[in-house]
Amino acid sequence: MSEKPIRVLVAKPGLDGHDRGAKVIAQALRDAGMEVIYTGLRQTPDQIVGAALQEDVDVVALSCLSGAHMYLFPAVVEGLRKQNAGDILVLGGGIIPDEDIPELKEKGIVEIFTPGTSTTEVINYIRQKIGRS
Amino acid sequence: MFEKETLEKINVNKQKFNEKLSKLKEKRPERQPEFVTDSGIEINTVYTPEDIAQLDYDNDLGFPGGYPFTRGVQPNMYRGRLWTMRQYAGFGTAEETNKRFRYLLEQGQTGLSVAFDLPTQIGYDSDDPLSMGEVGKVGVAIDSLLDMETLFDQIPLDKVSTSMTINSPAAILLAMYIAVAEKQGVKQEQLKGTIQNDIIKEYIARGTYIFPPEHSMRLITDVFAYCAKYVPNWNTISISGYHIREAGSTAVQEVAFTLADGIAYVQAAIDAGLDVDAFAPRLSFFFNAHLNFFEEIAKFRAARRLWAKIMKERFGAKDPRSMMLRFHTQTAGCTLTAQQPDVNIMRVAFQALSAVLGGTQSLHTNSRDEALALPSESSVLIALRTQQVIGYEIGVADTVDPLAGSYFVEKLTDEIERMALEYIKKIDDLGGAPKAINFMQREIQNSAYKYQQDIESGKKIVIGVNKFQLKTERPKDLLKVDPEVGKRQEAKLAKLRAERDNEKVQKILQQIKEAAATDDNLMPYFIEAVKNYATLGEICGVLRGVFGEYQQQIVF
Repeated sequence: MSEKPIRVLVAKPGLDGHDRGAKVIAQALRDAGMEVIYTGLRQTPDQIVGAALQEDVDVVALSCLSGAHMYLFPAVVEGLRKQNAGDILVLGGGIIPDEDIPELKEKGIVEIFTPGTSTTEVINYIRQKIGRS
Repeated sequence: MFEKETLEKINVNKQKFNEKLSKLKEKRPERQPEFVTDSGIEINTVYTPEDIAQLDYDNDLGFPGGYPFTRGVQPNMYRGRLWTMRQYAGFGTAEETNKRFRYLLEQGQTGLSVAFDLPTQIGYDSDDPLSMGEVGKVGVAIDSLLDMETLFDQIPLDKVSTSMTINSPAAILLAMYIAVAEKQGVKQEQLKGTIQNDIIKEYIARGTYIFPPEHSMRLITDVFAYCAKYVPNWNTISISGYHIREAGSTAVQEVAFTLADGIAYVQAAIDAGLDVDAFAPRLSFFFNAHLNFFEEIAKFRAARRLWAKIMKERFGAKDPRSMMLRFHTQTAGCTLTAQQPDVNIMRVAFQALSAVLGGTQSLHTNSRDEALALPSESSVLIALRTQQVIGYEIGVADTVDPLAGSYFVEKLTDEIERMALEYIKKIDDLGGAPKAINFMQREIQNSAYKYQQDIESGKKIVIGVNKFQLKTERPKDLLKVDPEVGKRQEAKLAKLRAERDNEKVQKILQQIKEAAATDDNLMPYFIEAVKNYATLGEICGVLRGVFGEYQQQIVF
């Protein structure tokens, strides 16, 4: 029996233009059999929430290297919850100082991946959390 | 370069050598099945005169300071003066950044380099809703001339040269710099420095675009024309491969895409009616210094030779200065690791050395903690000291282009030039760089993905990441940008808007709106506007209304 592939929205919130990591992750997830949508640059939290709903994704993977993650990441979680989509798994990546991670997790970003993480780690993490491949 | 007989003799001996080598490899295989550079150039066991038999000394190398500038842009290079040691810096408010600037100058830095925050780079004021969370984060927040005055407080603009990493609104920040100088009693003719002003690579790789290409190119040629007349010592553009490389390109792609962008700017200026030799001497470049040591050195040399040929042959430049590729270098941020961050000091030192051996005009060395945060003061000091050790202690600056004549480096230089030229031809076929943005993005992305896969398969070793890992604590003294900086900028803006002559500001903004729709050079309007404390966001807002905004095409 074929199961529905995992759907992932890779998103770049805020004004940051560094999208090498986001694109590499997007491509790796796609090569791993997931359905991946990439938002492109400069998305507001509201736009990301809208895209997540419209695309009916299981996972939102946020990437930010500009240091604005403490504002932008929780705003996406909040927006999803307001739209009754709090079950969507929200992940974060980028230049995120260790000391910011507990607060981000408290605010609903389920996991944070920092520089040096392999794409395999991310793939395995998502599969395990969503419970299918 | 060699007599036929010499080459024949070498050929005979090389065959003997290869036989010996094969036997050796049968007994003891080499430590990896193949050796290739980051650009995929295969590396041989050994190089001999045979590899550079085609090289013509006069035409291909020549003397430093002369065409084709392979060996460097000045006759005596660092024997005259060392490269400019220029650390990219900026965070929080203008007050904090001014303090960092003065610290760096006290420590022997010889030029300034301003990092602006993202709202400034994208033309939003700090109180714009889209600036939320971003104010002062990746650079200093500049909303109006008021901030710029603070930024350069007690820094004499007739003495120091300043590089500003600003692109879409570059003309407006230059206008502010000119206005601050005037307040210090410094004439615009005396100003020395650079604005990045390279919009094409923003579309390709860096992302701080505002306007569509056609209007962006007009702003750029307005700066070329204005500076040619009034700010003759200013580098009007820094055509940047740095960010193309950071986005994941290879060394060859970095050279090719950067020079293709350069070709587009030169063509645009010629099409706007400028004489090539009137503006081309003020074009400058910006490259990355990555890890593959010899390939990087060869890259700098190949870029110089290729650009000289393009300017002479394609654009008919007559002034040798138009053919000189002068460049700034920054070590590769993307090679820094969050794991065992002190090891980054070594990576940066080798990268910096490659830039010096490649003949850079100025250099930024990254700090060890930049995979974790903006650099702390102590980390920046080590980075600057690294340059000073290279310049003052190890003797590499005492002769010009010391690796010239190395069979390997010359062969690599040739290969990089040849491969880059192929790419440039391809981009020409697509209608030039502005029309080939998606093509270049795709090429870069493929290289980035391959690079990552090579790390994950272990083909590429990253110390501390996929080999020799250690469990270490993260450094404790990381720089933290004050989270209140946004609020402080908002308060400053509210005060400014209450106190300035708003009627005059509105009048000037209206004039900009009208002029933007004509062919008038916009620089004088910008200078007038900033002097009257129109904000960056207000001026860019007016231009957005006239020019529209660039819509990114998502390539993935």
